Amino acid sequence: MISVKNLCVDLGDFVLNDINLTVNKGEYFIILGPTGAGKTVLLESIAGLYPIKSGGIWLKGKEVTRTAPEKRGISIVYQDHALFPHLSVKDNIIFGLRLHKWASQDIATTLSEIANLLGISHLLPRKPNTLSGGEQQKVALARALSIQPQVLLLDEPLSALDPESRESVQQELRQIHNELKVTTIHVTHDFEEAIALGERIAVLGEGYVKQIGTPEEIFRQPNSEFVARFSMTRNIFAGEVIDTDGGNTAFRTEDTELVVATDLRGRLHASIRPEDILISPESLHSSARNSFAGIITHIADKGSTLYIAVNLPPDFICLVTRRSFEEMGLGEGQKVYITFKASAVHIF
Amino acid sequence: MDKKWFTTNRMTLIFILLGIIIFLFIMVPLLKMILASEPKILLDTLLDSEVMSSIWLTLYAALIATTVGFLLGVPLAYLLARTDFPGKTLVEGLIDVPIVVPHTAAGIALLFVFGRNFFAGKAFSLLGIEFVDTTAGIVIAMLFVSIPFLIDSAKEGFKKVDVRLEKVSRTLGASPWQAFFKISIPLAWRSIMAGNIMMWARGISEFGAIIILAYHPMIAPVLVYERFETYGLDYARPVAVLLIIISIIIFVTFRTLAYRGEKS
Repeated sequence: MISVKNLCVDLGDFVLNDINLTVNKGEYFIILGPTGAGKTVLLESIAGLYPIKSGGIWLKGKEVTRTAPEKRGISIVYQDHALFPHLSVKDNIIFGLRLHKWASQDIATTLSEIANLLGISHLLPRKPNTLSGGEQQKVALARALSIQPQVLLLDEPLSALDPESRESVQQELRQIHNELKVTTIHVTHDFEEAIALGERIAVLGEGYVKQIGTPEEIFRQPNSEFVARFSMTRNIFAGEVIDTDGGNTAFRTEDTELVVATDLRGRLHASIRPEDILISPESLHSSARNSFAGIITHIADKGSTLYIAVNLPPDFICLVTRRSFEEMGLGEGQKVYITFKASAVHIF
Repeated sequence: MDKKWFTTNRMTLIFILLGIIIFLFIMVPLLKMILASEPKILLDTLLDSEVMSSIWLTLYAALIATTVGFLLGVPLAYLLARTDFPGKTLVEGLIDVPIVVPHTAAGIALLFVFGRNFFAGKAFSLLGIEFVDTTAGIVIAMLFVSIPFLIDSAKEGFKKVDVRLEKVSRTLGASPWQAFFKISIPLAWRSIMAGNIMMWARGISEFGAIIILAYHPMIAPVLVYERFETYGLDYARPVAVLLIIISIIIFVTFRTLAYRGEKS
């Protein structure tokens, strides 16, 4: 559908080198990288808004490297939404349709369809500066989708939102993608967001694409220290949220079952921060709902703290201070217990 | 407002007093001149065709200068706000030079380009346009001394428009021209209008460059000067009063019209 070949972009301070990506039709593709990795510029290059040094962009088999942005059919949603402040929500959404000289009847139909889809029909007469962050995000999305783009580019669409709207907009993005099947490239620095939404993920760092793969591949088989940094310090598992016979909510993976606290159901992901896991030589009696026995398989010394991998299976990474580590006298191959609260498990 | 208010807000109080001093400094001469004029003399002046035509010429020439400045200056302002090039700071500095050059000197400089014996003067005279002692000369002088106000104001206006808004509009199908006219211009409009008004006002008040390049036809500031020199204060004052009153009326009207849309 859209291919980026040997793309080089000069950002002044540094360069994006030899970027190669191919995104399939209807795919939800994530570009994951730390802040300042040039993710926004990469999106702007794809849209034709930023000059590229070398390489090319192909859309549906045709080269568009030198095509003007208005002729590409690639729309973009920026992190700060970039709504036109002098236009109403309605005029923002139909801005592109007017430019494409659509008949007013068609404009009206598309407007109402898209406003209904995003649940923003009641906002149409308002001015952008009267909307909440989440509402602005939806309007920006509606505006980008209105022209029925070949490719939708999302620049950190969730970062500017408060945690509550972030979750609902994330759900919304998933639903809209399922419904419209628009080829989407979404950039983010948030690993969990990438795992939750991406069908495939490209990890961008130090000016290069470090790895491309499914979420599972990225967090199970990172191919470099850089990619690993995104996932090594976390415990992320794929599985299913179910209601157990005992009236609990549980997250079931291939190997184990964790007690969790969430209203979500279905095939999802769970993460637990390493510092939220208690490690002890003996079984603990506490209010924490999850307690498992396992074997220490690896210890990574970071100076004042240590990361300890405990295999149940699967592997859990736990963080301990040097002092606790020495007091407990832990070593590789030793049997230990790990304990964490149901509320420490983040479902996404 | 008890005693405590004055001790805790001493700074505000001092600032208010200082503000009143400078405000009175501006207002007293203007008000005194207006109030000291006898209505009958003002009315006579109003009916003096030489006075009226000079005031009309002043407003009209400044308006043409502003229009030319708008057409040539706004694109430059946009370029300066949006692009970076070597020597940009120098260009920006040079654009402001007319503000700091003594205006009689500016008039002489203009004479060296637009005078009959010089290049631009000759070129334009082939087209039938002369600058020495003509309305065109007045316009050129006004344009020279007042264009920095429009360029600077429009540039600041364009800088405040997030470049991403233009980029989004491009992805939605806007050509560079459409992005400029549908996004950049409307969003910078207030600053552009403020620049236009400043430029026009500066044009109306110009004197130094104009008496060098075009003493005749006589604009109002030159007429005030001539009447003062030839007949004295009593004859100069009614013209000055009239010029001030008309200017104030027009500026208030324009500002109100220009900003009306913004507030809603």
